[in-house]
Amino acid sequence: MDDLFYFIIAKYNYWASLVLLFIGLYGMIVRNNLMKKIIGMVIFQTAILLFIVSIGVKRGATVPIIEFSADKQPLLEASAYANPLPHVLILTAIVVGVAVLGVALALLQKIQRVHGTIEEDEILEDLRK
Amino acid sequence: MMDQAPVLMIVVPVFASLALTLIGPLGHRAAYGLLIASLSLSLTASLAMLVQVVQTGRAVHYRMGDWMPPMGIELVIDHLSAGVLALVGTCSLLTAIYSLHTARQDNPDRLHHYYALFALLVAGLLGMTAAGDVFNLYVLLEISALSSYGMLARGRGPAYYATFRYLVMGTIGACFYLLGVGYLYIMTGSLNMADLAEILSRPELRESVSVRIGFTLIILGIWIKMALFPLHAWLPNAYSRAGTTTACLIAPLMTKVSVYVMLRMMYTVFSADYVFQQIAWSRLVIFLASAAAVLGMITALSQRDLRKMLTYIIVAEIGYLTGGAWLANTAGYTGAVYHILADGIITLCLFMAVGAIIYRTGESRAAAMQGIFQRMPVTAAVFLVGAASVLGIPPTCGFFSKWYLLQGAVQAGAWVFVAALIIAGLVAAVMFFKLLEKAFFGRLDDLMIEKSNGKPGTAALKIRMDEAPLTMLLPLVFTGAALVGLGIYTNEVVQYLIRWSVPSGI
Repeated sequence: MDDLFYFIIAKYNYWASLVLLFIGLYGMIVRNNLMKKIIGMVIFQTAILLFIVSIGVKRGATVPIIEFSADKQPLLEASAYANPLPHVLILTAIVVGVAVLGVALALLQKIQRVHGTIEEDEILEDLRK
Repeated sequence: MMDQAPVLMIVVPVFASLALTLIGPLGHRAAYGLLIASLSLSLTASLAMLVQVVQTGRAVHYRMGDWMPPMGIELVIDHLSAGVLALVGTCSLLTAIYSLHTARQDNPDRLHHYYALFALLVAGLLGMTAAGDVFNLYVLLEISALSSYGMLARGRGPAYYATFRYLVMGTIGACFYLLGVGYLYIMTGSLNMADLAEILSRPELRESVSVRIGFTLIILGIWIKMALFPLHAWLPNAYSRAGTTTACLIAPLMTKVSVYVMLRMMYTVFSADYVFQQIAWSRLVIFLASAAAVLGMITALSQRDLRKMLTYIIVAEIGYLTGGAWLANTAGYTGAVYHILADGIITLCLFMAVGAIIYRTGESRAAAMQGIFQRMPVTAAVFLVGAASVLGIPPTCGFFSKWYLLQGAVQAGAWVFVAALIIAGLVAAVMFFKLLEKAFFGRLDDLMIEKSNGKPGTAALKIRMDEAPLTMLLPLVFTGAALVGLGIYTNEVVQYLIRWSVPSGI
């Protein structure tokens, strides 16, 4: 029982992003409304971003800028600083995500104009005509 | 200059794309000229690197800003990527030349914006091929994907919904890839491919579940991107509604570069030993590939629309490539890499020929092929060469890739794949003979009568030679010649390029 408890609590960031991942997938695959599909897609992306950001965290670590002690000695210990690389990567991935969202919304607007609806089944019916 | 060729190759189209968005007022000729100029420069750089890699027999490593890897970003051009870079450069320049009439027809109002996306897409593909680290590959993958969404959406007819579905699928694929990269980063702390390969080869990571999940996610993401059966549903819908230029650019290149990324991941980041001993999916993947080849060709046979038919041929060809890559022997690998180059040109050739036919007849149904040998003899002849390459008739390059793939499949004892290659070839033969029968013997005036609402009088006037314009014809003839040329020089390509890239352990 303790093992299970540890398994869930100690890795809560993984579980949280996993739950978000499946909410996003559910939205993308099951939902009929295209706007909700987009929302699902954004949740899905965000889950991955959160997952990767969370792995840069270290307990008791500070921002990754070298600290100096009172006698001007630099503190050069990797465990004292959070890992900045995941954050930098995710900054780029966020930009990519925003671009995808922008294109998706632009397409959705066009779909609405051409088909008069953003419900998937109605669009398919319209295309079959 | 030569030292900077790897980065110039990618940066020139990026800046051309920026400039193209600004030069709208100068008219379409200026946009066309700028696009051609930038792509020519890019092609020159990639060919120069191909020559250098072949001559020295060593990979070119370019460090961005002179930061040492694994901290710095690296571009790596080895024997595998040099070939693919040359393919991307050549195909995109040919398509750019070809686009003079068709792109303006499809985008009458904002041609310069369309060309900006064109240049950005090429930059993304070149960058994906040259990238030496897995995260930059992700960013460049999304750059090319985003520009392809924009280009596909400006297609003929209701392309928005098909593009939207492609966008959702493409994003899922890219996200899987990113998540897989995250797993690898957790386990290794590195993103540089060579560094990753070194760390992943350590025995303590061999059994690791996280690395296994990372590999699975990355490969799944790439399979979605390259439309491997059964994840292919988005491709025919999105590609068949695209404008002619868009189809000619995206159809040959996007999926082939994705296959290249799969090879990179399987053999450079992970190793043949890890993929085939530890993961050991070969049987399943070869089964999927065989299904893709057979079902893709059969679905292609049942299509009435020429463009849609070609898109299902792509699905089938992806089956050939994937099967070859997972056969785990040298012949299969050689066949897969050779077929990336061959199939890129075959697909370009067929799409260009069909594009020219559609441009002249205004018709994309198979009926447009009627009497095409009399009306457009050059286009029809090149189409014949392209069809011969899909069937694998010597001396076209299609024969040699099939030869290597079959050889590899027999060596590996993958009889399902042998059968699939033969059946898909036969189905393709039926399909092309049906088309060519129409092209040779089809009554020319049938189509015209249909178009003039049953009045045969007006149709008789139209029976004359009506070849595509020269800007379309020249690239078309070049691809036709390249198909035969690549076939004739197969030995050289394999000996100087592909043999060098064969990974150890297979």
